[in-house]
Amino acid sequence: QVEQVKLLDRFSTSNKSLTGTLYLTATHLLFIDSSQRETWILHHHIAAVEKLPLTTSGCPLVIQCKNFRIVHFVVPRERDCHDIYNSLLQLSRTAKYEELYAFSYNPKQNESEQVKGWQLIDLAEEYKRMGVPNANWQLSDANRDYKICETYPRELYVPRTASKPIIVGSSKFRSKGRFPVLSYYHKNKEAAICRCSQPLSGFSARCLEDEHMLQAISKANPSNHYMYVMDTRPKLNAMANRAAGKGYENEDNYSNIRFQFVGIENIHVMRSSLQKLLEVSGTKGLSVNDFLSGLENSGWLRHIKAVLDAAVFLVKAIAVESASVLVHCSDGWDRTSQVCSLGALLLDSYYRTIKGFMVLIEKDWISFGHKFSDRCCQLDGDPKEISPVFTQFLESVWNLTEQFPQAFEYNEAFLLQIHEHVHSCQFGNFLGNCQKEREELKLKQKTYSLWPFLLGEQKKYQNPLYNPDFSPELTLLEPNTVSFNFKFWRNMYHQFDRSMHPRQSVFNLVMNMSEQNKQLEEDIKELEAKIKRRNGQSDAVLVKEHQQSAHPVPMALKTPPCFKKEQPLIPVNDAVRTIEGSNTADNRYSEFVAEFSKAEPAVVSLEYGVARMTC
Amino acid sequence: MEFAELIKTPRADNVILHRPFYLAVEGTLCLTGHHLIFSSRRQDNAEELWLLHSNIDSIEKRFVGSLGTIVIKCKDLRIIQLDIPGMEECLNIASSIEALSTLDSVTLMYPFFYRPMFEIVEDGWRCFLPDQEFELLSAVTDEWRLSCINKEFSVCPSYPPVVIVPKSIDDEALRKVAMFRHGSRFPVLSYYHKKNGMVMMRSSQPLTGTNGRRCKEDEKLINATLRPGKRGYIIDTRSLNVAQQARAKGGGFEQEAHYPQWRRIHKCIERFNILQESLIKLVEACNDQSHNMDRWLSKLEASNWLTHIKEILTAACLAAQCIDREGASVLVHGTEGTDSTLQVTSLAQIILDPRCRTICGFESLVVREWLQAGHPFQQRCAQSAYSNSKQKWEAPVFLLFLDCVWQILRQFPCSFEFNEQFLIMLFEHAYASQFGTFLGNNENERSKLKLPQKTMSLWSWVNRSEELSKFQNPLFEANSLVIWPSVAPQSLQLWEGVFLRWNRPSKFLDEAHEEMINIIKYNKELQAKVNALRRQLAEMETDDRMQENL
Repeated sequence: QVEQVKLLDRFSTSNKSLTGTLYLTATHLLFIDSSQRETWILHHHIAAVEKLPLTTSGCPLVIQCKNFRIVHFVVPRERDCHDIYNSLLQLSRTAKYEELYAFSYNPKQNESEQVKGWQLIDLAEEYKRMGVPNANWQLSDANRDYKICETYPRELYVPRTASKPIIVGSSKFRSKGRFPVLSYYHKNKEAAICRCSQPLSGFSARCLEDEHMLQAISKANPSNHYMYVMDTRPKLNAMANRAAGKGYENEDNYSNIRFQFVGIENIHVMRSSLQKLLEVSGTKGLSVNDFLSGLENSGWLRHIKAVLDAAVFLVKAIAVESASVLVHCSDGWDRTSQVCSLGALLLDSYYRTIKGFMVLIEKDWISFGHKFSDRCCQLDGDPKEISPVFTQFLESVWNLTEQFPQAFEYNEAFLLQIHEHVHSCQFGNFLGNCQKEREELKLKQKTYSLWPFLLGEQKKYQNPLYNPDFSPELTLLEPNTVSFNFKFWRNMYHQFDRSMHPRQSVFNLVMNMSEQNKQLEEDIKELEAKIKRRNGQSDAVLVKEHQQSAHPVPMALKTPPCFKKEQPLIPVNDAVRTIEGSNTADNRYSEFVAEFSKAEPAVVSLEYGVARMTC
Repeated sequence: MEFAELIKTPRADNVILHRPFYLAVEGTLCLTGHHLIFSSRRQDNAEELWLLHSNIDSIEKRFVGSLGTIVIKCKDLRIIQLDIPGMEECLNIASSIEALSTLDSVTLMYPFFYRPMFEIVEDGWRCFLPDQEFELLSAVTDEWRLSCINKEFSVCPSYPPVVIVPKSIDDEALRKVAMFRHGSRFPVLSYYHKKNGMVMMRSSQPLTGTNGRRCKEDEKLINATLRPGKRGYIIDTRSLNVAQQARAKGGGFEQEAHYPQWRRIHKCIERFNILQESLIKLVEACNDQSHNMDRWLSKLEASNWLTHIKEILTAACLAAQCIDREGASVLVHGTEGTDSTLQVTSLAQIILDPRCRTICGFESLVVREWLQAGHPFQQRCAQSAYSNSKQKWEAPVFLLFLDCVWQILRQFPCSFEFNEQFLIMLFEHAYASQFGTFLGNNENERSKLKLPQKTMSLWSWVNRSEELSKFQNPLFEANSLVIWPSVAPQSLQLWEGVFLRWNRPSKFLDEAHEEMINIIKYNKELQAKVNALRRQLAEMETDDRMQENL
């Protein structure tokens, strides 16, 4: 515990600050300012801690978080600062999985609830929903003991005609043994999205079993004799891989495939792109042109567009040509996961529901071995393995929700919350790099699942404008990917910089209203029933007296409009904020801020998402 | 002149109309004196398109064999294409459109011919008179007076006949001050902040020239607005450099020595062709349907449009801050005081004054701070983003103002009585309209054209309940506070409703918006019903109790 610590406003040019006390707990860093506002930061969320050179007011400490929060403390004494710095370094870098928050987090559930929680998402059930197994596709037991591929799940769906020798042969010809398997099956078109890793083709190698495997996938689709193979990498990268004995499919060796590069950059390019984006958006006193050119130079939106373009290509092959598609990149767990999951999301409206989105993440990301632990740096590891691949997926989905405001059951807060927990290590779902590792860690016994927790507070994540009729089952979304449709996701990258957000949120207001509407409908029913009863009882005075004490309705009437007071407030999530006090000092009107900065009472109070005056 | 002379081919059949995101339609094209009318009489899908000639910004023609194609680019930024069979017809039509869309006489414009089909409830020409404004002011302070010094537009040609000035300054002094200000635009009251009695004035630059001329009356006039011992701020909308250069041409700025109680702040806001160029580049970028992300972002940046938005908003916030937070009076001016000055004074009022965020209050603001204040609409809005003429006086000053309002509206979506459509409607009518409101460059010209007698006011049409309902913001909840917008680049956005309006299908967004309105409406209905039921129940209970007591 350190007192008299200052929390600086990140963007203020006049070093405006709040003074308060800093606490370190086993799991969180906590700052309480003089007006008792609390800022909690989970140690696992800390991406970097930096000590800046000593200044007259103390020792500055900058903490960057994985959820893009940046806090700037000034600690009066250097020794304290040094201690905090060291502690944070230790606390934020975990060496072993067992030390992660998830293993100590206890949401007061009993064992059966814990088990039930983990059973909430059942992938076998999901494949059944898609329509497999069927005449052409079956469940393979080849990987039941993780013998063929360690990073795949135990249960895999393959074409019926793909025998075990073909599977084994094909897996030997694929990077990390990740042979082609079913990711999504489109019932109506009988076409499939399959995924794998790159072939070990080098300059000329070929593998008959692998060729048979692709043939089998192609034949499993009765409506089309050809299939697409999408290599999601830029052509140059794929060619470079040939020198290392890897590479891409030679169209001459595989009958009836159509081969296509889609040019999504690798994890290292994405990592540095995000780094650049954050540098730009974190600049103090940023000009519009610096912002736009920084946005351009970071290439971030270009990458998001590339990912979505790839998904659109995939979807067209399936929806327009009824052709099956095999997607791969290098290892088939980053770009492949992005493209397969976005493709499925565009094809199948189920994934646009809250539950369906959870299933999608479980299927294409968690079970197929997207390396969450490495990419999100859950343990102290190789910084070159870190990459915002999953963040890009969420951002692509956000872009779709912007274009199709009625197509998604979930809202932005849902996406932000998932992003939060991918990094929080509070729940077991995203720990580890693959299913095998998760089983070894006994996550299902030792930790809790995120999904029941999110479903429990579903109300916060519901899109009030969602219209299930907007897209009946298997209706295709056709997004417009002209550049101007892609926008900077302020609520993600400036989630905690409140001054940048609209002061009144239409979205929250509508969300609360639609929630309130349900309550009001019930109130009306109740009141009508009461009036009816009363009409029937107008003579029976004695009974009425009794009733009155049980239902003190007239009391409520004295404080109209009372329905608002009775209305249970949906807790306003930190992520989706409503109105802040209008405060000039929040905004940076250039150099004059310093001159004009004066303390000012918070003049707007927040009540049910509506600005209410207090003066 | 007869319009018929200009129309050689009044009608062409089998014309095909192309619009982005719509199927091509075949129909008949007719030209009248003021409209281009396209009508298709297909059984299943009859539709008509009426386009004012004055809305046409530029026209291009192409020929493939005998099939002619005319591409029409409008001031509201829409682009349509007409395929016209027959070379001669096409040439005739193109030349007629060109002639009719560039008529040089104002009195030939449509507003002089337009006869309204609706009943006029309230004459918009009489809605926002300075006297009414002054009445509101005199209720809170008696330090100001209404001066009729400009009755015959004799003192300042770009000011209205009556202006509000400090009570202690007589007309004689005003005349002297007028001589000292560019275009005779002496300082007048723009806004009175009831909360603390501080004021915002506007004027044009002082004519100090290179030898530092001074004018005692000018100093006295603006000092009259200061409280004893208080300082004021002069916001000059030019950079210090530009202001200094202006001295060579006889203009200049207030010297500290002569205005010791005032602090001068320079906030550079661009003018004229720089803004027009910016608009042209922005629209060009938005019309580029290519898929190259880097090109889009660099074009958006190169247009500088959002930079201008940020500059204007920052200056307005600064003015508002001086008044509300510093408790100081403010004088705003640039060079002529008819462009950037008005952007700043009007936006500051939107920030400070809740009344300006209502429909009626905003209309009044546009009338006071733009029309009566002498923003030369006819010059500035003569052409829009597609014109090739590049006249120095054309500039999207008013559009920038509307864009800034939209930015604030987006940040405070519940604090405005009007919606985005209202702003878009004002943009359209400022550039091409059947109403006379935005004709002319100032009140002087309007009175010479006898606009109030000969044309219809936009406000007469807008302020009828049928129309108003389209422009009302269902989320509006009066907010009596000052609203401070964020001007961080991350908080500013491209105004899609104007700039991407014709470039992308908006079906899904429109439907979502409708759904939102339904939820709000339903909410209001339910609340009313619950309250009614509660009341009913309560009445029943009191009745019962009374019976009991009996």
